[in-house]
Amino acid sequence: MLSTLLASDVVAPFSSPKIDYHALAPELVLAGVIVAVLLADLFLEESKKWVLSTIAGFGLLAAFIPIVTLAVSGHRARSMFGGAYVVDTYSLLVKGIFLLAGYVVVLLSQNYLEEGDYYQGEYYFLLLSSILGMVMMGSSRDLVTIFVSLEFLSIPAYMLAAWRKRDLKSNEAGTKYYLLGVFASAVMLYGMSLLYGDTGTTILKGIGAKLQNGSMSPVAVLGIVFVIIGFAFKVSAVPFHNWAPDTYQGAPTPITAFLSVASKAAGFVALINLIYVAFPHGGDVFQPMIGVMAASTMTLGNVMALRQTNIVRMLAYSSISQGGFILMPLAVAGGKSSGNALTAIVTYLAVYAATNLGLFAVIIAVSRKTRSGEVSSWGGLFSYAPLLGVLATAFLASLAGIPPLGGWVAKFGAFRAVITSGTNWGYALAIVGAVNSVIAFGYYGSLMREIWMKPVPDGDTAPIRTPSSLNAALMICGGATLALGVVPGIILRFSDIIKL
Amino acid sequence: MLTDHNWILTVGVFLPLAGVLIMLFIPKEEESLNKAIAIITAAVTLAVGIATMAWFKYGSDSSKLQFHVDVAWIPAIKSRYIIGLDGVSMPLYILSMVITLLVMIYSWDHIPEPGNAKAFMILMLILQTGMAGTFVAQDLILFFVFFEVVLLPMYFMIGVWGGEQRQYASLKFFLYTMFGSALMLVAFLALFFQTGAQSFSLEYLYAHSSMISTNVAVWIFAGMFVGFAVKVPMFPFHTWLPDAHTQAPTQGSVILAAILLKLGTYGFIRIAIPTLPQAAVKWAPVIGVLAVIGIIYGALGCLAQTDMKRLIAFSSVAHMGFVMLGISTLTQFGINAAVYGMVAHGLITGMLFFLAGSIKNRYHTLEIAKMGGILKRIPRLGWILGMCAMASLGLPGLAGFWGEFPAILSAYSPFHNDYVHLSQPLFRTLMVIAAIGTVLAAGYLLWMFQRVAFGEASPLIAGDVDADGNDLHAGAHAGDHAGDHLVGERGHGAVPFSVGAAGNADPHAEVHDVGIFEWIAWTPLLIGIVVLGAYPDLMFKVLNGSVTKLLAPVQALTGK
Repeated sequence: MLSTLLASDVVAPFSSPKIDYHALAPELVLAGVIVAVLLADLFLEESKKWVLSTIAGFGLLAAFIPIVTLAVSGHRARSMFGGAYVVDTYSLLVKGIFLLAGYVVVLLSQNYLEEGDYYQGEYYFLLLSSILGMVMMGSSRDLVTIFVSLEFLSIPAYMLAAWRKRDLKSNEAGTKYYLLGVFASAVMLYGMSLLYGDTGTTILKGIGAKLQNGSMSPVAVLGIVFVIIGFAFKVSAVPFHNWAPDTYQGAPTPITAFLSVASKAAGFVALINLIYVAFPHGGDVFQPMIGVMAASTMTLGNVMALRQTNIVRMLAYSSISQGGFILMPLAVAGGKSSGNALTAIVTYLAVYAATNLGLFAVIIAVSRKTRSGEVSSWGGLFSYAPLLGVLATAFLASLAGIPPLGGWVAKFGAFRAVITSGTNWGYALAIVGAVNSVIAFGYYGSLMREIWMKPVPDGDTAPIRTPSSLNAALMICGGATLALGVVPGIILRFSDIIKL
Repeated sequence: MLTDHNWILTVGVFLPLAGVLIMLFIPKEEESLNKAIAIITAAVTLAVGIATMAWFKYGSDSSKLQFHVDVAWIPAIKSRYIIGLDGVSMPLYILSMVITLLVMIYSWDHIPEPGNAKAFMILMLILQTGMAGTFVAQDLILFFVFFEVVLLPMYFMIGVWGGEQRQYASLKFFLYTMFGSALMLVAFLALFFQTGAQSFSLEYLYAHSSMISTNVAVWIFAGMFVGFAVKVPMFPFHTWLPDAHTQAPTQGSVILAAILLKLGTYGFIRIAIPTLPQAAVKWAPVIGVLAVIGIIYGALGCLAQTDMKRLIAFSSVAHMGFVMLGISTLTQFGINAAVYGMVAHGLITGMLFFLAGSIKNRYHTLEIAKMGGILKRIPRLGWILGMCAMASLGLPGLAGFWGEFPAILSAYSPFHNDYVHLSQPLFRTLMVIAAIGTVLAAGYLLWMFQRVAFGEASPLIAGDVDADGNDLHAGAHAGDHAGDHLVGERGHGAVPFSVGAAGNADPHAEVHDVGIFEWIAWTPLLIGIVVLGAYPDLMFKVLNGSVTKLLAPVQALTGK
């Protein structure tokens, strides 16, 4: 049976696809670094394991070089594998964000792992693999490629969430994340199979050509809904957000930072790819769905965050709520505000990455001294660690969207996108967003209050010593947060050239 | 283009940040050095401001935007760095510089608890940049950014250096203002898209206001209204103000009263009315009614207060009501009066908060009931208080009069042209009620002054008891017999002055009259109050041209 099949003409002789090595260079470099970390781990003595983080960090920066060369090479879009994998300015931009965010996470991890006595080689191996998955996601324009990238970035993350293996909470974090993540993958895969069944192709562009508002088969509608639900889990949108607080709280703090920023961003990138390339004419189906999700995500995330007393848990809900703001522009994508919405999301992701990673860097620095994750442990931070206090305030203000810090540009872009749509629906969403940005200050402000206005809880005012890697992370994030707010042009300038 | 000196506004706005940068490298233990650098920065900034005044072209040119700068900022969203100064912004721009410098000088020996002069001064410098920037911004997004920059420093100023309820007050202040500005931002964006998504430049928006249908404009105006009305604050958005003022440190109260409240009224004049004239006409009666409710409500609130600072805070609600009444008439006369009222209120109420702060500093309380006869003890401070109370109630010859009286008068004949007119009966009714408000103002201010300053010195003022009612003369015994100590049983002077035991040195020693830093900080304000009162044309001449120009879109309404 098999032999006859193989012998027949049905299977064309295999010919290797043409590969543009320059376009794939970032992925190839990363893959090389992953192997290097794994090999080095085998031969390094226990006392020299710190070298691994250096290899990982420099590897990520090295992968950034081809991104720059590709960006200046002048080719607008390099399409490979029959359109399944596309390297264009948009994908380069998000890849850049992933790599830099990954670099900061490596900086955050360095001392955390050494002092916590965790496995290092495997950790960096998994972290880099996950980042490779994200980088691939930026270019995926095919249902199968998207799925492979998604699993590539998720599976290492399940393990990383449980890295503090002696702590039950961390085990719970990993298990919960894994089970719900796999469930989401299954739902999404089912949606993808429906889409394939209806349109007969897995290439997003091909799907986009077939799906038109008003003439869609029920199967395709179900496909779109399921695929979006699958990614709603990934970006922890309400009502699929339940895993996030527990996972964030249990996971090692650098991994929490990684999940809340990079992994979430990857989910949004996948959503953008799908909505802009595969469903541009499916607005009737996804717009109301995403609109409702955006409004409820930002509201519920905010309201829940108000009641938290643990900083990481509070930030988990804050991250859910920020996710609602990032979803907001997607709710009007497909119409005349598509371009604005795309710029808004990419800008938001960049600003959010810089700000949130910075805040986690402060959390890691402060908890080195206080050994506590409670909000009250930050009391009087400004009085004994003024620099950390000011930086934390700046990051919180940025998350709250207060100029001149980066967050305002992000929020502004999101508002702008929904208002451009000119529909009442868009205005309503903008007002929900506006009200929510006020509620959010309730908890961002309460952290600021601890930092500035409360007494030091145990009277211990010894200054906090931060290792140099953490300092570097703080400086990178602080500088980026301020720069994005004062001269937003550095990110918004790409708005004209990122198109899908 | 250097002949235009148009670099000077940018320098004037951002110079305070240069001071901040220097101070970042000075350890906070160097208190005097930090203070000195901050004061020098503020002084140089003011010098730049004075140079701006000197180069400003008065006369018919005062209506033009001068020192105009227009360079790219965020091309992707069509927002540009456009700044300029005209007759309306100039007085407020300079006022912000003057107030910041004076407040800093006052801070030389008045850093409130819990200290840390460095952080305190840095926050004030950042505030100064935000305030000055708001008054020169000619692009909506730039305006919004500056408008928001002032929020955090003020939040920390109240929250860290404030009174007992500081955390509650600071959060309330922040949430109210943030709510307003979030809606304001949505309104700005809506305005941008309704005018063709071409530019955020005010000049462009003024010229294209007619593109928006009245129905839409009314809604956009509503968003701006909330944003600015919270800041003013207008009734019913005013409830953050008494708390914020009462809890803020003296310096915070002065800046809040003198400048921050004006950001709201300025927003109405500069942005809301000229960009949406068709909606302004619809909203004017609402604004007028709320303004007058504010006048009466504020005055009645004042009569009920027992705390001096809270009383002054409520008087702010009333005074800003007069300003808003002037604005709501949409007439050249009314808006001239309003801007005048803004500057006058800045000087007078700023001064009143300074005085309240100094009294609190001396007696550790602001309970009016416990005071009395301060004219006997600290006559200079008492008479300055008297003068400011008179100025505040609108005594002719002092600055307050020229804000209040013309504002009331302007309501006699509100805006009308051949096509559109505001309801005359309504505004005349408002005029009468507002006039009653001035009587009430005289009532609560004079009553306050009378209770605080006249008569025999009360036990507190005389230095016989402290703010909590403990008999200071019995200090030594109080320590020994804490249990059976009853203040009322001891006659004044029954026990000779005791020193040391309870930590109360000679109580009379700490109560001194106006000190040297207070004189330096206050004299310019007092001179301002008198000069602007005696020669109002000084400012009206500068204002008038610009006001006329800002009202041109309203004049051009055709009622379609």
